[in-house]
Amino acid sequence: MLSSILKRGVLVAVAVAGLSTAAFAQLELKIMAPAAPGGGWDGTARSMQQALTASGIAKSVQVTNVTGAGGTIGLAQLIGAKGDGSQLMVNGFVMVGAILLNKSPVNLSQVTPIARLTAEALVIVVPTDSPIKTAKDLAERVKADPAKVTWAGGSAGGADHILAALFAEAAGGDPKKINYIPFSGGGEALAAMLGGRVTAGISGYGEFEGQIKAGKLRVIGVSSSARLANAPDAPTLKEGGVNLELMNWRSVVAPPGLSADQTKVLSEAIGKLAKSKEWTEILKARGWDDAYLGGADFDAFLKAEQVRVAKVMTDVGLVK
Amino acid sequence: MDTLLALMNGFGVALEPSKLLFCLVGVFLGTAVGVLPGIGPALTVALLLPVTFKLDPAGSLIMFAGIYYGGMYGGSTTAILLNAPGESASLATALEGSKMAKAGRGGPALATAAIGSFVAGLIATIGLAFLAPWLVEVAIKFGPWDYFALMILAFVTVSATFGDSPLRGLTSLFLGITLGLVGIDKLTGQARLTFGVPELLNGIEVTTLAVGLFAVGEALYVASKRFRDPEEIIPIKGSLWMSKQDWKRSWAPWLRGTAYGFPIGALPAGGAEVPTFLSYSTEKRLCKYPEEFGKGAIEGVAGPEAANNASAAGTLVPLLTLGLPTSATAAIMLAGFQQYGLNPGPLLFAEKPDLVWGLIASLFIANVMLVILNLPLIGLWVKLLAVPQPWLYAGILVFATMGTMAVNASPVELGMLFLFGYLGYLMRRFDYPVAPMVVGLILGPMAEAQLRRALQISLGDPMILLENPISATLLTIAAIALVAPFVMKGLNRFKAAED
Repeated sequence: MLSSILKRGVLVAVAVAGLSTAAFAQLELKIMAPAAPGGGWDGTARSMQQALTASGIAKSVQVTNVTGAGGTIGLAQLIGAKGDGSQLMVNGFVMVGAILLNKSPVNLSQVTPIARLTAEALVIVVPTDSPIKTAKDLAERVKADPAKVTWAGGSAGGADHILAALFAEAAGGDPKKINYIPFSGGGEALAAMLGGRVTAGISGYGEFEGQIKAGKLRVIGVSSSARLANAPDAPTLKEGGVNLELMNWRSVVAPPGLSADQTKVLSEAIGKLAKSKEWTEILKARGWDDAYLGGADFDAFLKAEQVRVAKVMTDVGLVK
Repeated sequence: MDTLLALMNGFGVALEPSKLLFCLVGVFLGTAVGVLPGIGPALTVALLLPVTFKLDPAGSLIMFAGIYYGGMYGGSTTAILLNAPGESASLATALEGSKMAKAGRGGPALATAAIGSFVAGLIATIGLAFLAPWLVEVAIKFGPWDYFALMILAFVTVSATFGDSPLRGLTSLFLGITLGLVGIDKLTGQARLTFGVPELLNGIEVTTLAVGLFAVGEALYVASKRFRDPEEIIPIKGSLWMSKQDWKRSWAPWLRGTAYGFPIGALPAGGAEVPTFLSYSTEKRLCKYPEEFGKGAIEGVAGPEAANNASAAGTLVPLLTLGLPTSATAAIMLAGFQQYGLNPGPLLFAEKPDLVWGLIASLFIANVMLVILNLPLIGLWVKLLAVPQPWLYAGILVFATMGTMAVNASPVELGMLFLFGYLGYLMRRFDYPVAPMVVGLILGPMAEAQLRRALQISLGDPMILLENPISATLLTIAAIALVAPFVMKGLNRFKAAED
């Protein structure tokens, strides 16, 4: 037992040694990723940890993972940490849907919004040998019979699912009838695409990038308002005649019951992070768009997204 | 020949002293945390990611590889010694391994696990080096219907863990499948059997059930009959090392285990559990001493342990060739790649050959280091069994509790652990096998998701299961495996009647 405790101690010591580069800043933060290691929220939390410490904005940053129920277990814990000015949580678009889907007893109106950080465009792809060439082709199929078009993407009620529903709606089909097949993690969905077993696939651009560049998948459209900087050849859905825009954004929030000073310290730290050289480099390496939005603007954005997602989920029949 | 040349270059990278050191550190940390139930390889790699921010890409990925292999390796130790499988992939190892340990054969059990892992890791890494591009083409052809057929085949093999009474085995299995229904339905997002408890929305953790049923249940059972009918634990009987007989009985299961583990591990949704079950059941059928199964047969440790480690190498096939992360650890390694602006995928082998081949070469080195590190430790581990029973089982309880709290520090999780522990005690008391229940929890949800996906893709036509050659073949094998024992029995009876 003792030896195992020691081993764990060594692990933590090694992890901490790697972090303590900037000794001057006084800020000590805990960032919770309300998901398992390896996912997008975990990646965002750990990237924040890296940039906050390397740039000297914070003295130390500890990342914790609280898994479960689309992040709502983590959300409940955050709300329980009322008044703790050192705690942050990563969240995003997917959590808005998960709260509705799980009929969660807690929701995002109970937290202190800090800032939106990143946004990632989704991309709709088909296998290269598919007869579908453009967003219009796909829209025609969906309009003819939404049930015959199979979609592969991430978990039910997530951003990919909502995009498929919005696409059907924009194409004039019944979003309740879409045949959406959720896969856990991008890996299996990608295999289904490459094997040509589904009509179309939806994911963040980064997950499909390698296959698109290798010529195995064809982009039907990206869900951003303008073409992506790292994929200038890929048309937007709007260019393809499907009037639709959706970004998978990620943000940070803090516990409820913070004093104005506490909120200011956190907002300023995240504001500095968003402008730091270290953060910009990470965004570039990960292929995330800088979507920093702080203060009252973010409050308003968060409220608007909750209304929008609730409407889509009701339209699709995920929420009654 | 190009492959061989590239691999030699890879060894050139991996044999630099600094890279060897990274590999050693990775292997050591991986084994150390792998021994703890709870902290799996995924969490270890995630914890160590910040350390590598300043290392060069090759160094950090080599260290990750060491952690990954080490973690897979360490899991078998607690399964054998304490009957506490720390991860679902070492469940099959625990079945025979813990029986061997109690009979004083813990040494040979650990040795066959260590050498089997080495052999499997070596062969599978060779497979990764030479077959990856070809294998991945086959792997992505595997559709949901094929996975479903594979799960059905795995289900058939569960009967190998039933013990004497098929009815009790099936009861245990169905309890497990029912537990597998708990949580959010992945296909529609609706909650099932959660009774308004938000912690249940994510389903029941396999390790919580396994540690509860196996370790806690056994501790309670041993305590309950301590004064009436005490069970003898023999720390060491015979040689600490594998006898000639042990070698003879181990080598074929190692190879068969590898043959299951590597290809199934390379499938995007294959995982490490299915090959270990298949291997366990194959060894039980082929073993020349079937009466030893359930009492500590070395084949039952050698095969699944090899399968487990071979699948770890298999997982790297889709990661390196397609950029498909098929396990949580692989997903974090992918993040590690991206941190250096590398995109694993079809172009990685061409764009960064030094890195990829250096990584593959360091897998070979990690394998050698692991066996050197672990064999001398066996003598030390086995001494653990000489600890007086009350101390040993109290220690197991503390260990199990801490492991569960490390994964998910919630009162609900801890409550479930002890609830399952009590259930495990009752099942032992009334002679129900516990292993099928865990198998049901692992395979049930996988089979359900794949079947429903298959039907969604075929627009509701069940014939899709028989129209595809792979699924049709697998289902036929499953049917034969299910029916054959009864037919054989009938034939024997028929023959007996003739005599």
